Amino acid sequence: MKRHLISAADLSRADALLILDTAEELAQLADRPIKKLPTLRGRTVVNLFYEDSTRTRISFEAAAKRLSADVINFSAKGSSVAKGESLKDTALTLEAMGADAVVIRHPASGAAHRLAGWVQGSVLNAGDGTHEHPTQALLDAFTIRRRLTGGRRGAGLDGLRVTIVGDVLHSRVARSNVLLLSTLGAEVTLAAPPTLLPLAVGSWPCAVSYDLDSELPKSDVVMMLRVQQERMSAAYFPSVREYSRRYGLDAARMARLPDHAIVMHPGPMNRGVEIAAEVADSARSTIVEQVANGVTTRMAVLYLLLGGTEFPAVTQ
Amino acid sequence: MCAASSPVAGRDGLAVLDAEEIRRSLTRIAHEILERTHGGDEVILLGIPTRGVPLACRLAARIAEFEKLVVPCGSLDVTLHRDDLRLHPARALGRTELPADGVDGKTVVLVDDVLYSGRTVRAALDALNDLGRPRAVQLAVLVDRGHRELPIRADYVGKNLPTSQREVVHVLLAEVDGQDAVMIGEKEGQP
Repeated sequence: MKRHLISAADLSRADALLILDTAEELAQLADRPIKKLPTLRGRTVVNLFYEDSTRTRISFEAAAKRLSADVINFSAKGSSVAKGESLKDTALTLEAMGADAVVIRHPASGAAHRLAGWVQGSVLNAGDGTHEHPTQALLDAFTIRRRLTGGRRGAGLDGLRVTIVGDVLHSRVARSNVLLLSTLGAEVTLAAPPTLLPLAVGSWPCAVSYDLDSELPKSDVVMMLRVQQERMSAAYFPSVREYSRRYGLDAARMARLPDHAIVMHPGPMNRGVEIAAEVADSARSTIVEQVANGVTTRMAVLYLLLGGTEFPAVTQ
Repeated sequence: MCAASSPVAGRDGLAVLDAEEIRRSLTRIAHEILERTHGGDEVILLGIPTRGVPLACRLAARIAEFEKLVVPCGSLDVTLHRDDLRLHPARALGRTELPADGVDGKTVVLVDDVLYSGRTVRAALDALNDLGRPRAVQLAVLVDRGHRELPIRADYVGKNLPTSQREVVHVLLAEVDGQDAVMIGEKEGQP
């Protein structure tokens, strides 16, 4: 493991499997009477959130608290950022307070990388602009492995077909998932309208399709992405209704999936746009499971980054 | 670890217990557990990974053989409770598998291969504390090599092995290493 977790591309297959295996052990904690471990006692984790977030911030907070770390929550609203303080100055303030890890979410791509150059502690990227969201990819990989391979230790996702559908252009979740899932051996296909695919998608380790219906029968996993209206500065499709017709997952489309296939969504959902309510609430949907797995996976990452020496060397 | 074909003088040094002696030690410990727990009622054997786990299973198999009594056996990983975590890079976690009934009200016998500083056992007691409230906790080890750093002692000992702190003790078990032996050697990098 490296000192920071900025991008899913930084993780080798061995690193990724170590995180998933660690998470698999930590998952047992949820069934125990005392859901807390003393491992990170005396360490401080700062949640530095420049963007709104429900599940990621709560998930990181719960993960750090279950490992007995002290958590400081910082949100840009109501802080000195509103008075014009720069990211660097905020970082130096946190540094002076002795943060062992900083979990950062920021609307600018590359913010986590910049921060890593300014602080001593570990930096965990919790989403930077349209760039990456590596812990989301890890929890998705963990969820897929648990559902489709029984969560066996050391197992990758070799040969599984994952179709990621929708607004890839604005999605940090898609990029991190393509990188991580292909590292773990899965075959990833992006299904999206041409206007919602990034220009450089040809260099990504995945296939691209404009036709969702032809991809569904051969998919083991369908991952629906949120249509990120708040990041859209132009008209990427004629109307929400047309998008929903061609790329939304409704019950009729779900019926075309193989029997074992699962439906994922990183949340928050736009019910009725990219995913129909009956699909989101069906037995195939792992959406609630993903949230629970998020805490476990983030505990594994925090343990592996902070649990050892100050500069954890190569793992095995 | 060690792939030496001869257990007498492998790469890890000198063999102090061979397979036959390990078998006899475990048989004696199994009898002692039955004796001290009045027939093994409400006993759980919990092995500490890696090599404590196969030892716990072997003890359970022997107890089943002697008394026709099924003693549940499981494993207890102590990594997240260790006091030396910050001295090493983060380690991979071992398995924790408890019998379905849990540990509440049971007599838990912790099983490990080597008892040395006692710090692993302290971590195990802490880990156990988070899992429930056993009626009593006992400790069985195959080798007690001395040099305790904490007030901890074993209830059942396979062999007391006086060692120097410059030496290392390796327990090899067929389930993990392909053969049964206890080896004693010099620490690497020491004259």
